[in-house]
Amino acid sequence: MRLDSKIPAGPLEEKWTRYKGTVNLVSPANKRKLDVIVVGTGLAGASAAASLAELGYNVKAFCFQDSPRRAHSIAAQGGINAAKNYQNDGDSVYRLFYDTIKGGDYRSREANVYRLAEVSANIIDQCVAQGVPFARDYGGLLDNRSFGGTQVSRTFYAKGQTGQQLLLGAYSALSRQIAKGTVQMFARHEMLDVVVVDGKARGIIARNLVTGEIERHGAHAVLLATGGYGNVFFLSTNAMGSNGSAAWKAHKRGALFANPCFTQIHPTCIPQSGEYQSKLTLMSESLRNDGRIWVPKDRKDAELLREGKLKPIDIPEEKRDYYLERRYPAFGNLVPRDVASRAAKERCDEGYGVNPTGKAVFLDFESAIMRYGQVEANLQGIKNPSKEKIRELGEKIIEAKYGNLFQMYEKITDINPYKSPMMIYPAVHYTMGGIWVDYELMTTIPGLYALGEANFSDHGANRLGASALMQGLADGYFVIPYTIGNYLAGEIKTGKIDTNTPEFESAEKEVRDRIAHFLGNNGKTSVDTFHRELGKIMWDKCGMSRNAQGLQEAIREIQALREEFWKDVKVPGRSDMYNPELDKAGRVADFLELGELMCLDALDRNESCGGHFREEYQTEDGEALRNDAEYAYVAAWEYTGKPSEAILHKEQLVFENVELKARSYK
Amino acid sequence: MNLTLKIWRQAGPDDKGRMVTYQVKNVNPDMSFLEMLDVLNEDLIAKGEDPVAFDHDCREGICGMCSLYINGEAHGPGRGITTCQLHMRSFKDGDTIIIEPWRAKAFPVIKDLVTDRSAFDRIIQAGGYISVNTSGNTIDANAIPIPKENADKAFDAATCIGCGACVATCKNSSAMLFVSAKVSQLALLPQGRVEAKERVLKMVHQMDLEGFGNCTNTGACEVECPKGISLENIARMNREYLAAVIS
Ligand SMILES: Cc1cc2nc3c(=O)[nH]c(=O)nc-3n(C[C@H](O)[C@H](O)[C@H](O)COP(=O)(O)OP(=O)(O)OC[C@H]3O[C@@H](n4cnc5c(N)ncnc54)[C@H](O)[C@@H]3O)c2cc1C
Ligand code: SF4
Ligand code: FES
Repeated sequence: MRLDSKIPAGPLEEKWTRYKGTVNLVSPANKRKLDVIVVGTGLAGASAAASLAELGYNVKAFCFQDSPRRAHSIAAQGGINAAKNYQNDGDSVYRLFYDTIKGGDYRSREANVYRLAEVSANIIDQCVAQGVPFARDYGGLLDNRSFGGTQVSRTFYAKGQTGQQLLLGAYSALSRQIAKGTVQMFARHEMLDVVVVDGKARGIIARNLVTGEIERHGAHAVLLATGGYGNVFFLSTNAMGSNGSAAWKAHKRGALFANPCFTQIHPTCIPQSGEYQSKLTLMSESLRNDGRIWVPKDRKDAELLREGKLKPIDIPEEKRDYYLERRYPAFGNLVPRDVASRAAKERCDEGYGVNPTGKAVFLDFESAIMRYGQVEANLQGIKNPSKEKIRELGEKIIEAKYGNLFQMYEKITDINPYKSPMMIYPAVHYTMGGIWVDYELMTTIPGLYALGEANFSDHGANRLGASALMQGLADGYFVIPYTIGNYLAGEIKTGKIDTNTPEFESAEKEVRDRIAHFLGNNGKTSVDTFHRELGKIMWDKCGMSRNAQGLQEAIREIQALREEFWKDVKVPGRSDMYNPELDKAGRVADFLELGELMCLDALDRNESCGGHFREEYQTEDGEALRNDAEYAYVAAWEYTGKPSEAILHKEQLVFENVELKARSYK
Repeated sequence: MNLTLKIWRQAGPDDKGRMVTYQVKNVNPDMSFLEMLDVLNEDLIAKGEDPVAFDHDCREGICGMCSLYINGEAHGPGRGITTCQLHMRSFKDGDTIIIEPWRAKAFPVIKDLVTDRSAFDRIIQAGGYISVNTSGNTIDANAIPIPKENADKAFDAATCIGCGACVATCKNSSAMLFVSAKVSQLALLPQGRVEAKERVLKMVHQMDLEGFGNCTNTGACEVECPKGISLENIARMNREYLAAVIS
């Protein structure tokens, strides 16, 4: 198989414009004859479905939640990047491009990333026009904050609910099209397979999750905007239903899977508190604008903290180790996520962890509260304010910025973060890997596209904060509406897709057989038990740091667990009813294969880059050691029947505009 | 802690349904309410019984999917939280907890504690948007400054998660708080003013078609709303509606 990324010729800044100017178009009359399936209604899916319907295509959209408004994008907190340079702090399209390439540790495609930076400003205009209530300053203009890995303020936000507001914007655009009849919405539906006819994607098999009916849907193109697969780790910040099945099904039908081992472990999450725990909660990266991360300098103090014999406020300033500020003075608490996560792990592994499990560090707002309080006192003309007054004023400012996050923290931990520093620890958050796509977002199956977190395209080995929302909306609003025409222009004579064909027949049969197997299995062990077990293997051996021996063990353990799963999984209920255990069983079955491919990919990549840290490859002071000579490629895996026998295809990354350098945030 | 649960079980939309009693043991006070139900379900599955169906996804109070009526309160005891944010430390050892689905004509039960809230989607489809196309070729986002106060109020209204607690709590099953939140968000912004009249008329019309009850100003919805959506929004919608009808 030859991988063609279809990057347009010409200088970087002109590629997208030239592409748009020369690409094939479909006339309005012909668009009406073409059907498009969009699986997923998160930022990527909802924006794509709304835009394609607006252009005139007939769209069918699917999601497994009860409403498109509840897709996992709703949970994004901190913000969305755009190169608007409203703060006049030196931002530009080029700088956003450069930060993203560098942040991704030079493992993404220049042309894709440049396009992303280029359309970013449009996203903000579009969203404001839709009524998205971004934060504003007193002059009525849009406000910005900073995220990790950058030295400018380019992140737009709506308190700690940016994802919610952006998704509701896309949902409203989608709703408008549903009302017009140009989008047919299938909520509480799960796609269980992609149907490929004569080498082209021609539709999907879906299950109505309420009635259990298995349905066939035909279309001229299928878009997967089904999100990331972080839940392979069982515990992650993803929603409970987030899964990798749609991507995995596409992979098994011929779509290559790229960089599966690139997982983002987010540094600021609420630490796990017990075995029963079902998910982890993120504390947005935006908190690192104002929060300072520290552990005690003295191991003894850490021990006393763990035993509850010492409180954080008992530890004086000079006995605190603000280790990010110490190690990375240029970026301080705003180093990229992979760097911050590893640094936290390093401190905890060395015995400086501050909670009873020893797996937590402090995120402290004291300095910010006092600083803001003082400024506010000045603004209000209060002369010689008392410390209490300053604190009171400062807490109000912090509340206005992060109120819902502080509340969320207190609800979960029962600790008031205005009074005592937050305790945080890294957790699985995002998957940079995903289905391989070319410049047009088309997978290796013609007519099958992947958008948003489901594809691999823009973030390399580490995604910068506030860039996933940007990518999802860029893909859906501004990229796919152009690129899909290039393919569909060749489909105007195809006519309606017939679903009464052997290909649909056999795909449907496979789906039915699998369901029948689960329900008739007579096993003894619940789906969650297997999922938890898989998560533990992945976290221990393919998590924040990896080594060859561990990965080899993990592969064997996953294979054994998978075999056990098929023999012993217990799924109650029937197929013709609402049956969430059955839905879960299918997703975990796929995770049990995907997890193995992730380990295989991590084993192949004998270097450390971004979120992929191989213990064998590090510098003397513990930084990631990249190997550009041998590994500056996208690893794209082809399925051949078993995950262990997947074939590796390499897309060499060509850097014409940036110079490959060791990433330094010092 | 050990607890007695009385849970509404209903096999499907046409089943009559009934309360069933379960015992759960060794509940950890730091567990969330839904994690406690996970434990119950693991137990039921092991015993070969049908697990209790309930809606959930994000488990951090933002998707609006979870929806239980606990001891007579939407999202259980505690203010400003959803069921997934409720922790077992809010209960005592030996407590009996009654768990029911949202009950409203417009939200029929699908199974056990799962209801169909698609009526909300249809209300939004009736007009809960601004009719701009998605091309991105609009004016610059900073071309129209919006007073911070209006922007903040619009944001507060926009934080509604569409959970339906307001309807479940209201003795009339009115959806006024939900509808007024969207109407207010858009009415407060200059971009939304253009279609304000038409919007409020269409959304209210759809709300009535869906079978939601009238608002008699009891204010129960505001108390139970996990996002603190204020009654002020209902007042604003009433003004908008009146103005639209008169003109
Ligand atoms: C807690 C949290 C906070 C975050 N904060 C930020 C942030 O501040 N800034 C930022 O840029 N990024 C953030 N991210 C990342 C970002 O939210 C996601 O990467 C992004 O929203 C993914 O969008 P998506 O459209 O690709 O997929 P999703 O929003 O995950 O949507 C997936 C859709 O696919 C559907 N689906 C999946 N499988 C199937 C199937 N088999 N059949 C039918 N439908 C299916 C689902 O129903 C859903 O509609 C955050 C992530 C998390 C977890
Ligand atoms: S108004 Fe409040 S209670 Fe009603 S749907 Fe919205 S968030 Fe839920
Ligand atoms: S599960 Fe999302 S709000 Fe409770």
